[in-house]
Amino acid sequence: MQTSASGAPRLRIVKRDSLPLWKAVVIRLLAVLLALLVDAVLIYCIVNMNPVEVYKTMFSGAFGTSRRAWITARDSALLLCMSVGLAPAFKMRFWNTGAEGQILVGAICTAFCMINFADVLPTGLLLVVMALASIVGGGIWGLIPAVFKAKWDTNETLFTLMLNYVAIQLTSFCVACWENPYGSNTVGVINQNSQAGWFPALFGASYGLNILLAVLLTVGMFCYLRYTKQGYEIAVVGESRNTARYAGVSITKVYIRTMILSGAICGFSGFIAVAGSSHTVSTSTAGGRGFTAIIVAWLAKFNTFFMVVISLLLVFLEKGASEIASQYNLNEYAAQMIEGVILFFILGSEFFLNYRLVRPGKEKEGK
Amino acid sequence: MKKFLALMLALCMTFSLAACGSSDDGSSDDAGSASTASASTAEEEGEGSEAAGEASSSAEGEATAADSDLKIGIVLVGDENEGYTYAHIEGIQTAAAALGISDDQILWKYSITEDESCYDACIDLVESGCTLVITNSYGHQSYCQQAASEYPDVEFVALTGDTANQSGLDNFHNAFTCVYESRYVSGVVAGMKIAELVESGALSDDNYDADGNVKIGYVGAYPYAEVVSGYTAFFLGVQSVYENVSMEVQYTNSWFDLTGEYEAAKALISDGCVIIGQHADSTGAPSACQEMYESGTTVYSVGYNIDMLSVAPDAALTSATNVWAVYYEYVFGCMLNGEAIATDWAEGYETGAVAITALGDSCAEGTADKVAEVEAALMDGSLQVFDCSTFTVDGENPTSILIDMDLDYVGDTEGVVDGVFQESTLRSAPGFSARIDGITELN
Repeated sequence: MQTSASGAPRLRIVKRDSLPLWKAVVIRLLAVLLALLVDAVLIYCIVNMNPVEVYKTMFSGAFGTSRRAWITARDSALLLCMSVGLAPAFKMRFWNTGAEGQILVGAICTAFCMINFADVLPTGLLLVVMALASIVGGGIWGLIPAVFKAKWDTNETLFTLMLNYVAIQLTSFCVACWENPYGSNTVGVINQNSQAGWFPALFGASYGLNILLAVLLTVGMFCYLRYTKQGYEIAVVGESRNTARYAGVSITKVYIRTMILSGAICGFSGFIAVAGSSHTVSTSTAGGRGFTAIIVAWLAKFNTFFMVVISLLLVFLEKGASEIASQYNLNEYAAQMIEGVILFFILGSEFFLNYRLVRPGKEKEGK
Repeated sequence: MKKFLALMLALCMTFSLAACGSSDDGSSDDAGSASTASASTAEEEGEGSEAAGEASSSAEGEATAADSDLKIGIVLVGDENEGYTYAHIEGIQTAAAALGISDDQILWKYSITEDESCYDACIDLVESGCTLVITNSYGHQSYCQQAASEYPDVEFVALTGDTANQSGLDNFHNAFTCVYESRYVSGVVAGMKIAELVESGALSDDNYDADGNVKIGYVGAYPYAEVVSGYTAFFLGVQSVYENVSMEVQYTNSWFDLTGEYEAAKALISDGCVIIGQHADSTGAPSACQEMYESGTTVYSVGYNIDMLSVAPDAALTSATNVWAVYYEYVFGCMLNGEAIATDWAEGYETGAVAITALGDSCAEGTADKVAEVEAALMDGSLQVFDCSTFTVDGENPTSILIDMDLDYVGDTEGVVDGVFQESTLRSAPGFSARIDGITELN
């Protein structure tokens, strides 16, 4: 081995200026491959199974039948909507950890309309009313921390996080009020017989509408952030509040407007969750997905198209994990270890995307 | 270039080392069954061989000729780490082994929450070829029913559910054990202990209420018929041995809440209750009893579902429990023989579907004999738990107690026949919801 005479460190960490897209993709793919290798060793060592078979089973759990593929698509679409909702807030450096609560509030607004207006309104109109209610509910849940942040500079991370618990309690309260049948402590399937307020089948697929809505939101948000004046203002406030002030951007206005939007989209995700898949409401309607969405939004660097890939990956891992548990009688925790390793490597790869390792000598040679 | 080669060599060595290490690990795992997976397979194999012995000895011959087309889907609310679900897994494995149903005929879905994922799981099982799908939690019911309405050729069972007979579906069923019988017996165990404590003068003034009755407590989940039926049966069991008792019931509003049940039990104990019964799934109440017992308070615990002696070796007397294998054997047998499955199934001591767990060392002398006597009486039908002559409502022996059959919160169907409330005959889920004298609900 060559040793540098000066005793300088063998490796130095240097910040990357920019990275061509193909390189970023290659680094991420390598991370996933390495993770799969480590998982293979883990699977073999711990449970003594053929890793290739286990991976095959994971794949069949997520895409094995057309129905499974649809469910994977449906769940990815839902996670995607939530992540898209977080994108504008995060881009503004407003740490909205309250997606969980905003989803739940949207969900109970939806369920309220679904239960009370089912007999009064025709299905088309009912869906519109439900959607509007969820948007208003989620919007209000996003507005509250924004106002406090703008007026009194409260810590939005804690504020939104605590609003989650308020929303969870509110949901429990509603479940107790709408309990059906009596004694079950659940709302049960709403309008089980009439199916009023359920998403209609679209393009012959029962979850077509869920996916269409997610696609529209993804494209819409991408354009909003990239091509509109408001999107630019969000970026400026995120980069530097002083610059924004200097440029004459009203920070209060941007905070409030953006958080209403963020909350409204999360609330709308609650509508999709209730009307489009579960047809019920409970504290598990959000089920931690509001927090998973934060990971998705971060990994995608707030780019809504990357979010599609990452939501799909996370949902794939989740479905795959439960299929392994089911097929091999492995506890679900074992499957979660596999999931954890993959996430760890993907997050770790961020380091190599932002920095590169150079050996001092090599750098000179290069120049 | 040299450096690159060195690096590759190093990598190769690490990988080959890892490979050697792993194969070693693998074999030692097998021997010691250190990992959970191999431990559980070993268990299964054990049970399997046991059952194979049983099967070959059975004269019916149906066991060995198990229908190889039959596929059974099981949707579980938890996994083997959770007591309630573990009891089901055990029951299914025992029943399958007894009938010669092989492992690959049963498809498992673990940790399915009580929402649309239950519906997804049911449909997925049907698409995988299952002709019988069973869900084990009450909250699964409406999703199971939804799936049942879409697949009329597949049989669905929602355990502990109550809507089957109103659903209008021929392929949708409910089942529940007559657990009130084992609660009654566990009450008898508690009654024996109270009688012993009173005789030996171990009780203080705090343990008696204003009317001179011995105070006992009960930690309940929700104020619903299932819980009311359970604690009433327990109370009547106690009274059958020691007449002068009064009971306080504290609800936790959760089926599983370790801290909540612990706190509720603590409150009841500090109020002077000497026995703490429970209808909630955690070990919170027995732990509280054990702790108070160790600090010198006279208090004993009667648990539910699982043997509580591991958490309360001194304070636990026994637990009322379900033997799910009896139902699973029934329903699997129906499928194998092409018989119709009962819309509502409820069985108790007569077929061994309920039991109490091993008696603790603290139990009063003669308890085992008394238990055997009561169990025998329940089995031959000479003893009825809800005999209206043994309890009063508003000071009188009731002649009419209504059951809410259509689930609209109002009782609508007469439950009392010949002076006995007919629990779990009209519907498998418990229906006794009258509040009898001597029991006070605290919240």
